[in-house]
Formats: sequence, structure tokens, C-alpha cells
Amino acid sequence: MLTISNISCVRGHKPLFAPVSFSLQAGQALHLEGDNGVGKTSLLRIICGLSPADAGEILWNGSSLNKQNPEVVESFRASLCYMGHNLSLKDELTPIENLLFDAQVAGRSLSHEKGMGALRKIELNNRAHLPLRVLSQGQKRRTALARLSVSEAKLWVLDEPFVALDAQSLDNLRALLANHVLQGGMLLFTSHQAVELSQPNGHALDVQPIRLVAA
Amino acid sequence: MIWQAFWAVVRRDLLLAWRRKSEGLSAVFFFVVVAALFPLGIGPELNVLRNIAPGVLWVGALLSSMLALQRLFEADYRDGTLEQMALSPVAMPLLIGAKMLAHWLVSGLPLVLLAPVLGLQFDLSGDALVTLTLALLVGTPILSLVGGVGAALTLGVRGGGVLLSLLVLPLFVPVLVFGAGAVEAQVSGLGVQAHLSILMAMLLPAVFFGPLASAFALRIALE
Amino acid sequence: MNILRANFLFHYAGPQAFYGLAGRLWPWCAALAAVFGLWGLWLGFMVAPADAQQGEGYRIIFVHVPASWMSMVIYMAMAFWSVLGLTFNTRLSGMMTRALAPTGAMFAFLSLWTGALWGKPMWGAWWVWDARLTSELILFFLYLGYIALTSAIDDQRRGDRAGALIAIVGAINVPIIYFSVKWWNTLHQGASVSLTKSPSMAQVMLWGMLLMALCFWLYTIALVLYRVRTTILHRESHTAWVRAIAQEAA
Repeated sequence: MLTISNISCVRGHKPLFAPVSFSLQAGQALHLEGDNGVGKTSLLRIICGLSPADAGEILWNGSSLNKQNPEVVESFRASLCYMGHNLSLKDELTPIENLLFDAQVAGRSLSHEKGMGALRKIELNNRAHLPLRVLSQGQKRRTALARLSVSEAKLWVLDEPFVALDAQSLDNLRALLANHVLQGGMLLFTSHQAVELSQPNGHALDVQPIRLVAA
Repeated sequence: MIWQAFWAVVRRDLLLAWRRKSEGLSAVFFFVVVAALFPLGIGPELNVLRNIAPGVLWVGALLSSMLALQRLFEADYRDGTLEQMALSPVAMPLLIGAKMLAHWLVSGLPLVLLAPVLGLQFDLSGDALVTLTLALLVGTPILSLVGGVGAALTLGVRGGGVLLSLLVLPLFVPVLVFGAGAVEAQVSGLGVQAHLSILMAMLLPAVFFGPLASAFALRIALE
Repeated sequence: MNILRANFLFHYAGPQAFYGLAGRLWPWCAALAAVFGLWGLWLGFMVAPADAQQGEGYRIIFVHVPASWMSMVIYMAMAFWSVLGLTFNTRLSGMMTRALAPTGAMFAFLSLWTGALWGKPMWGAWWVWDARLTSELILFFLYLGYIALTSAIDDQRRGDRAGALIAIVGAINVPIIYFSVKWWNTLHQGASVSLTKSPSMAQVMLWGMLLMALCFWLYTIALVLYRVRTTILHRESHTAWVRAIAQEAA
């Protein structure tokens, strides 16, 4: 369980957004909303631990992440999969190589079969052995999303995951995210457009909005 | 898991260097050019060349390393891979150490292998060439490890390349003094053990503290 | 007693309180610096006798030696504030380190120049690769590196932390660099040419150097406190207390 308590962040002497608090439990999805420039990306990066918060606390399963306790931080990072604005992929490597290396660097093991299976689900198995730089932008994005499906991480923090996807890929992503939440995972994402996560039975998944307001 | 992550980073960086061959070769080429320019500037007299050889070859290796350091973290920083390393449950210093190892294999080891060949151009004796190779073998990793801190601090900063050189130059001086000093000691008949021991004594703390300090600096750059 | 001292320290760790303290201190330091400086220069140039070997030209040590000392002391001070800043994450530490750097660089530069001016009449060359002078040159590069890095980074906090790290790394390396340069120097020049070697220094000369050292030290404190006040005003310009000061001045 992830708890955010009165987090605020300062940029250029002024606080970006009003102090925000929320909690995220297993099987829950949160949609972080707000105007352009209010600090959604900054908040996501603070939650992941990439940037420091100027005030407030973040708790992971009851223990504070602020205190830099190595065990808590390690357990948090092992359960986290973050996707930021850049794809975190290497252009000179093939999709399958990207997936395998990414998993190993994150301390996880991923078999070649599982990786190819994930690529097959997003219809990239034919291109799996081509370097990323010859693929289209949409195909690169799909590879980045394949990272999610092989991730095994409980907490998914995604910054604008729906950008630059065609209709089919959007459907695949919505199903992937819904499936993750239904199986007890946690999801926190930002998106400009309103998004519905569809469950297999056709109903929309319950997504709680969290609104960031300027300070 | 931890060592699997370490070797995964090494293999990935080596694979990337292989697929972007031109980048890795440029620093090595620079070393060769520098070593060729000095005799052209000073004159072909072998006595003079033999005297200046240790210094010239070491300064060439230093400058080549400074050039190569700019590429250590740049690409990973730009495409978001560095962020993923910062978020990995595997300790970041370990992953950064892996990057430094791969970096040395691509940019430092070729210098070590080329140096005896270039040393022949300066009419260095066989023993001196051996000492030169050994000293570079111990010294060039120190340059990658210690220089990494400078590379990390100047990530995405204006004037990065020159600033990087200014920052790491003072830190490289001890390696230069003892590295070139080893070869000179060999040539003048004094023992080289002292110099090489001191170089090793500098390498060991660099192996521990270089990645630690660089990881710290990288987290500052990622904030 | 400990609680009182801790409260005192933490109180002045805040920029506003430090601004007031620095404002009260610096004029006294400047005045004392002037007193010690005049006294030291009088001793050095009027009272101390001519050196048996070096004649009148040696008198430059009254500037050269204190300048060298200060360049090293200031770098250690920068490293100290940097450790403090990275450990306790205080805003003031970064400001103090940045305020110290230009003065330290100036003293290093002064030390190099006075060393050259001394060397020319004494040994016939403008630059002698003496171990101390060479280490001083590298220290000057360390200062330049710190100043260049902190100036190049736009975000002040990131600049503070990056600068703190390079200052600490540099400080750890200073003894290594000095040792290696000394080794290099004795290896290449048989008898070491020491610019401060003097078999028996007259009492007066020592006193002169000490007074000049005190002068430089107090000058540094005065100037750094003054400089950090400006930095505080600039960085905290969004706070109410700074706006009040600006309105008073208007």
C-alpha cells in the first residue's frame, strides 16, 4: 500500500501544486488529473523517489520512504515499474534485447520465451529482431508497454501512457491495465484525455481521480 | 540476481559500443594522432623522443580518456535508461561500476594495447614498453572510475565537455605523475615497484569510491 | 548546555538569522583586518632586516606565504561547509561555499603571482616547477572547476549539491596531489628548491607573516560574510522579510 501525505514541491521559489495526500491500495487505480504545468510529472517523479519532496511524507506498506531505510527503499523499488516521458529503450537494440536487458537490470529474470510471448501479444514478434531505430514511433511505444506486461511489479506508475497509440494498441493497453488492477496490482497514471479501463466482462473499471491544483 | 544485473549492464554497454563502432574508435584514434603529432612538432631525434615518450604517451592517454568520458552517461541520460537504473532494487553504485567497466574495456583497454606499438615509434626499450603497458593497465581504470564523477556532475550542463576536462584534470595528476614516473624509473634503471604499487594503491579506493560518488552525483543530476 | 548550543547553531543556520549576524560581524572583521594588515606590512617592510642571502626581494614572502595558507584554509572551509550541506541539507551551506570560492581562487592566484615575482630575481626564471607552486596551480584549477560548475548549472539547489560533491572530492585529493607532485619534483630536481626555506627566520619575520595571515583571514571572513548576505537576499527574494528590506531601502 502506498500513502502520500501532504507532499508539496517547490520550483523556482514557488510551490507548484497545493499539498496533496492520497493512498493507493492493492486492486485500485488512480488517475492523476490537472492542468498543463501544474506538476503531474514532478509528483510522479517524487513518488518514485527520483526527485526529493520539499515537504510531506511517502509511506510504503507503513514504512516511511523519506528516511532512506535501505530495506524499505529496496522493497519499494522491487515492486515499482515506472514509465516516464521517454521510453527508456535503446534504439540500437532489438525489442527482445531491450526487454531482456531491462528485466535483468531491474533484478528480475525473464526468459526468452516469455519476452517473445509479450511481444507476440502486441504483434511485434515479426519485428522482434530488428533494431528499434527502424521501427515506427507507435511500435516503439508498444515495446515500452511490453515492459509492463512482463514486469511482475505491483505498483505501476505511468506518465501519459496513452500518447501516440493507435486504436488497437489503446484497446490492448486498457485491457492490460485493467487486468493488472483486477489481479491485485496498483495503478497510478496521468492522462490528458478521459480514459476508461475496460474489464473482460465489458464493464468499466472503477478509476479514482486525484486532482492536482496549482498552489 | 545482483551479479546478473551487473553483467547485464556490462553486456548491454559492450553490445551498444559494438553497434555504434564510430564512437568508441574516435577516442582511440585521438590517442594515435596525439602520439604522432609530438614527434612532428619536436623533431625526429631519437634521444629527445625517448626522453619525452613516457610523458607524451601518458598525456595522450589522459586526453583520450577525457574525451571518452563525455560519452559515459550521456546516452543513458537522454533516453531514460539511467532513470531505470536509479529505480532498480539493485544498488545503483553496482550498476554504475558495471558501466565504468564496460567503458574501460571500450575506451581504456585499446590504449593499453596500442601503447607499446606507439612506444616503438619513440624508440623505447622492450623493458620500458612492458612497464608502460603495465602502468597504463593499472592507471586507465582509475581514469574511468574517478573521471566518472566529473562526467556525472556535468550531465546536461552547458559547456559540458570543457567543464568536464577542467574538473577531472586535477584528479588525474597523481595518476599521470606515477604512471609516467614508472616508465622513467625503468629507463633510468631505478626500480619501478614503488610507482606501480602506488598506482595499485590508488586503484583500489577508486574501485570502491568512484562508483559510489558517481551514483550520488547521478542522482543529483536526475532530480 | 548542549541543547542551548544546538539551538544557537540551528537558529543561525537559517538564512534570515545568519543575515543579521553576518551584518553585525563583517564591519568588525574588516576593521581588524585593516589594523593587522598595516601592522604586518610595517613589520615586514620597515622593521624586518634584509635577508643575508636574498636581500630585499625576499620581503614578498609576507604576502606570498599568507596567501598560500589562506588558499588552502579556504578550500578546507569549502569542504567543511559542503559536508555540512550534504549531511543536513541546509540552504546556507551551499551559499557559504559559493561565497568562499572566489576569495580562495583569488588567494591561489595571488600566491602563484607572488611566487613567480619572487622566483625571477632569485632563480632567474618566472616559473619554477617547485612542488609547492605546482600544487598551488592545481589547487587554483580546483577552485576554477568549482566556480565553473556552479555557474553552469541553472538550478541553484542542484548547483549547490553538485558543487559540494566536487569540493569534497577535490579536498580528498589535495593531499594525494601534493604528495605526488612532491615525489615528481624530488625525482626530477636533485636538491629541492624551497621558496620558503630559511635556516633561521628572525622573530620579526615570523611575526610579520603571522600578522599578515591574520589580516588575510579576517579580510576573508569580512568579504565572505558580505558576499553571502547578497546571496541570501537574492535567493530568499520571495520571502516577506527580504521584501520588507527592499521596501525600506526604496
